[in-house]
Amino acid sequence: MSAPLLDIRDLSIEAHKDGERLGIVERVSFSVATGEILGLVGESGSGKTVTCRALMRLLPTRSLRISGGKIEFAGRNLVTASEAEMRHIRGARIGMIFQNPASHLDPVMRIGRQIGESLVLHLQMSPREAKAQTIELLRQVGIPDPQRRADDFPHQFSGGMRQRAMIALALACSPELLIADEPTTALDVTVQAQILRLLVELRDKRGLSIILITHDLGVVAQTCDSVAVMYAGRICEKGPKRDVLAEPLHPYTSRLIACQPSASAEAGLLPSIPGQPPSPSAWPSGCRFHPRCERAIGLCRSSAPELVTVRSNHVAACHVTAPARLADEAA
Amino acid sequence: MKAGSISLAMPVRLPVPLILGLCIIGGAVILALFAPFIAPYDPILQDTTNTLKPPSRAHPFGTDNFGRDVFSRVIWGTRVDLQMGLIGVLFPFIIGNTIGAISGYVGGIVDTIFMRIVDIVLAFPFLVLMLAIIAILGPGIGSFYIAMALVGWVSYARLIRAQTLVLKHSDFVTAARSLGFSHGRIMFRHIVPNALVASIVFSMSDVVLVILSGAAVSYLGLGVQPPTAEWGIMIAEGQNFITTAWWITTFPGLAIVALAFGFSMMADGLGELLGVRE
Repeated sequence: MSAPLLDIRDLSIEAHKDGERLGIVERVSFSVATGEILGLVGESGSGKTVTCRALMRLLPTRSLRISGGKIEFAGRNLVTASEAEMRHIRGARIGMIFQNPASHLDPVMRIGRQIGESLVLHLQMSPREAKAQTIELLRQVGIPDPQRRADDFPHQFSGGMRQRAMIALALACSPELLIADEPTTALDVTVQAQILRLLVELRDKRGLSIILITHDLGVVAQTCDSVAVMYAGRICEKGPKRDVLAEPLHPYTSRLIACQPSASAEAGLLPSIPGQPPSPSAWPSGCRFHPRCERAIGLCRSSAPELVTVRSNHVAACHVTAPARLADEAA
Repeated sequence: MKAGSISLAMPVRLPVPLILGLCIIGGAVILALFAPFIAPYDPILQDTTNTLKPPSRAHPFGTDNFGRDVFSRVIWGTRVDLQMGLIGVLFPFIIGNTIGAISGYVGGIVDTIFMRIVDIVLAFPFLVLMLAIIAILGPGIGSFYIAMALVGWVSYARLIRAQTLVLKHSDFVTAARSLGFSHGRIMFRHIVPNALVASIVFSMSDVVLVILSGAAVSYLGLGVQPPTAEWGIMIAEGQNFITTAWWITTFPGLAIVALAFGFSMMADGLGELLGVRE
């Protein structure tokens, strides 16, 4: 296998608050191959968005800092890249789309001009070429009558259309990697499916790699090739989608899967994971999931489990389930 | 109507104050542009046989102590006062918005320095500072514009800085950063156009202030110089006769009130239309 497009190794991010240092993200590693869709799953506050902001080097510099590790993108370490280098990578080689397209588009600039702006900037197109390319992009993301809609303002678009415009904007300069930060959370279910289909289609046509941040395992099941599950700033399980969803190893992953609503299930309360996700100022000792884990043993309180490979590419960090599975596999 | 061209947008209804303001200002602009054709007399022509005449058919607003037609002088004065209001706002608008946007976006020491300068300017009473600057530069309309620019920018700077502070953390700025845009581009292409609405609305009510202080400065003999027809000067010259010839001061006074009213209506209406909360 060739070198992955993106390889994050032991990435740690610290927050500075009142002179205190808090580890927001700790030793996170994952990689994305060309044409792969990776689902980054976790509850709010688990560090998935911060991780992706860090790889764009868009952390608020005063409060958050990359404290260790490396982010290798196409052979380059982005942690040490200069701001000028990053400006050529952002938009041109890594694109990003966001949860709420309504607020991520400039409200007083026409959609077409917003897209054209980065074409002129990164690809040195003339305004005329940029305009033509913009219309082509809008057509590719499925906006009807792109010629006319290019002159609309964001508020004239519906939610789904805005997300399509956002995707066109992020993909304008044909980046190799797209970071999609909960792209469908703010959309209704039918539109959600269309947007996800569009992303998969773009991957198939362009060989685009995508990091899909989500908390919806249904979305992962529909679109992703592999999954990384984050909990409290650490990766607790990652592997090929089929393996992780069919045979989850980490108790947290199992509980997450159990919490998915399903149409066939009997009416009643949805299952939930008892307890609250911990906050960075009070991370639990040992395995950070142990206070909420029904399978926790004494060891979980005192020592943090390392990621253990149980099957090809399928790794999990659990003192209880990982060794048991390893034993099963051996037997 | 062609299929697919149906607009779902509500027809925009202009607020009543905006229409009223536009009518008044439009009227003033027409008066200013066509003053030579509308005014029945030369505004500085003295007719010593016809001094201090009350309003009549020949002189609807009467004549002043030099026998000049007050009606014609008020019409010609529209030119000077309108120009004074617009130019007097233009420079503070440009300077204030640029400094405010930079101050808010860059932050840190730059912000501190600019905001302390703003505090210093605001610490002086407005008119006193204006008069001091004009006194140093020498009387005249040019000095008035310079003084206005030096004093007036602070309101714009504060206004746009506050907007910029909010906008620089907004989602679309993050998105612009993720597209690899430089700070300068983000500031002037994305933040300023969004922040400008409040400034534009404020500038309308600022025109009122500028016209009034222009008239005040001229009244004190430091602005537009006689015999130019300007409302402030007319009021100043007429005050000696206020008990015997009320028309000399009253009509230019009413003209100032009308124009000021027009601009403040426009400010209200624009604010309503663009959704700016004052």
